[in-house]
Amino acid sequence: MNTVLDLLVSAPFWVAVLRVATPLVFGTLGVLWYERAGVLNLGIEGLMVVGAFSGWFAVFLGLPLWAGVLVAAGVAALFGVLHAFLTVTLALSQHVAGLGITMLATALSYFAYRVAFPKVSTPPTVTPFAPMDWLPIPVLREQTPLTLLALVLVPLLAWVLYRTPAGLALRMAGENPKAVDSQGISVARVRYAAVVSGSALMGVAGAFLTLAAFNAFFFNMVNGRGWVCVALVVFAGWQPGKALLGALLFGFFDALQLRLQQADAGALPHQVYLMLPYVLSIVALVVASRRARAPQALMKPYIAGER
Amino acid sequence: MRLEARAHPGWHDALRAGVLALVAVMALAAGLVAVAGAPVGRTFGLVLDGAFGSVFAFTETLTRAIPLIFTGLAATIAFRARLFNIGAEGQFYAGAMAAVAVGGGALGEPSPAVFLAMMLAAAMVGALLLLGPALMKRQWGVDEVVTTLLLNFIVLLGVSALLDGPMKDPLALGWPQSVALPPELELSRLVPQTRVHSGLLIGLAAALGLWALLRFTTWGFDIRATGANVRAAAYAGVPVTRTTILVALLSGGLAGLGGAVEVAGRAGYVTLDMSPGYGYSGIVIAMLAGMHPLAVVAASVLVAGVLVGADSMSRQAGVPTYLADAVVAGALLSVLAAAMLSRYRLRFDTR
Repeated sequence: MNTVLDLLVSAPFWVAVLRVATPLVFGTLGVLWYERAGVLNLGIEGLMVVGAFSGWFAVFLGLPLWAGVLVAAGVAALFGVLHAFLTVTLALSQHVAGLGITMLATALSYFAYRVAFPKVSTPPTVTPFAPMDWLPIPVLREQTPLTLLALVLVPLLAWVLYRTPAGLALRMAGENPKAVDSQGISVARVRYAAVVSGSALMGVAGAFLTLAAFNAFFFNMVNGRGWVCVALVVFAGWQPGKALLGALLFGFFDALQLRLQQADAGALPHQVYLMLPYVLSIVALVVASRRARAPQALMKPYIAGER
Repeated sequence: MRLEARAHPGWHDALRAGVLALVAVMALAAGLVAVAGAPVGRTFGLVLDGAFGSVFAFTETLTRAIPLIFTGLAATIAFRARLFNIGAEGQFYAGAMAAVAVGGGALGEPSPAVFLAMMLAAAMVGALLLLGPALMKRQWGVDEVVTTLLLNFIVLLGVSALLDGPMKDPLALGWPQSVALPPELELSRLVPQTRVHSGLLIGLAAALGLWALLRFTTWGFDIRATGANVRAAAYAGVPVTRTTILVALLSGGLAGLGGAVEVAGRAGYVTLDMSPGYGYSGIVIAMLAGMHPLAVVAASVLVAGVLVGADSMSRQAGVPTYLADAVVAGALLSVLAAAMLSRYRLRFDTR
């Protein structure tokens, strides 16, 4: 009991919580943004892989770190264009198209990695983002600027979503696309914008892994984080503030399982601890699904002139 | 751009869309080969040759098709009832694990009864893994896509824990590998000196059975009705919850059985790299097959051919095998797009 208390007042613990939460904040905001416009995104796992690879590769080739982040966002956005074409223009099943995007993006990233580094077993590292040690705020000064960006994005996205005409159009496209159409605004255009910009956020989520957390690109490095984001959006009831809360809660339990695993030293198989985040995501999904209300037009393609 | 329904979609619309899809996939493959710096024509030849070029190559393709038939059927039956089972990967591993647990000596001397118990246990474990998400979907509206996806990670970690601990083969020199099945419980070879095994016949029987179930039985009707429109089906008196449970048991059971067949037909023991994503490829196969159980067999052989051919091509031409995964994913997307475009046309105008 005492050790748990020690943990809760230890700064390194909270530093870890925020670090684990950062990619989830980007990813969850991306999914939320998408889904508010009425498009389900199961491409996130692949878009994170693509972001992780392309951002890291750009920096490896000599671009500055922030340019790497932009490359990650840009490449993921290109996949977003493809996803939008399939789901918005062609009105394909959003489930299957998203999974297809994940498979394609993952395979292409791994392919490109193997073409660039045919025989490498230990992946080359890059110099990652430095912590912001000039900041006077304790836990935050141990983080990279990407974490700060994630934290700033939450209120920014909430403001755009709830306080601007563009945000209103986006929410309406997810609730009642017919109403958007009758205002003379193209539902397709709104959804394309949401999908492409949301995809860019997912690319940044991946870039955080290679440019701030692990300094290199590994196979299977995203490891279900994308799917966790999809669960977190339901948990958050499609609200940006609660999405941040969910990501932090997830980071809390992930950092906790790591400490418990170290403290326990072999009493339980380490895999049991590694399972906890996924189990927790399912529990959160069950708890939240009973009261959460998804956007009304989520997963419903809109074809002008059809009912 | 917008979609406009074709007034009378005909065979030439379908043909044109199909050719377009094929061209798109070939262009993707050619582009990737060119990026890897290999000659495109020769590399394509190597893939074909490695997959279908000799009796041995073809038996390798058939061997690889066996697990895909099971996961493809698992996806097919679930998608027919609009239950998105993305958890076949986990169900497959759980089934394989159950098979070695039951067949590995727990029930005593190997016998046909032990073999049956082994297959049944595998199917049951797979079925149970999908039952939870299916019930949560029906009772509380929990999206089954995310729960089944997350379960894959949980099951794989569980298998990893078992292979490190209670199920570890003490003779495997520290390698995470399960105890092996006795040779009597392994499936026999269909062609001597190759790896293709009688699991293929079990897979074909499963495909036929599923086709008959969907086509000729009341259950099949209930499944199709539930998939077409849950509300209308419930209104018409279809027992929707019971149907969903039945579908979950069948789909998870098929994926679990696939794991057992793979373990009994191939290595005889379970390792963590036993499936290079058969569960996920099953989804692609179901879609390529238009969710028709018999077409699943053909689609499985095709996809297996791409995978096996790419393996062999990779060894000779030095193009990474991930080419195959990209081509399969590209095929999924372009075939879906083609199916849509054979019924609708794209209009390029504003609004």
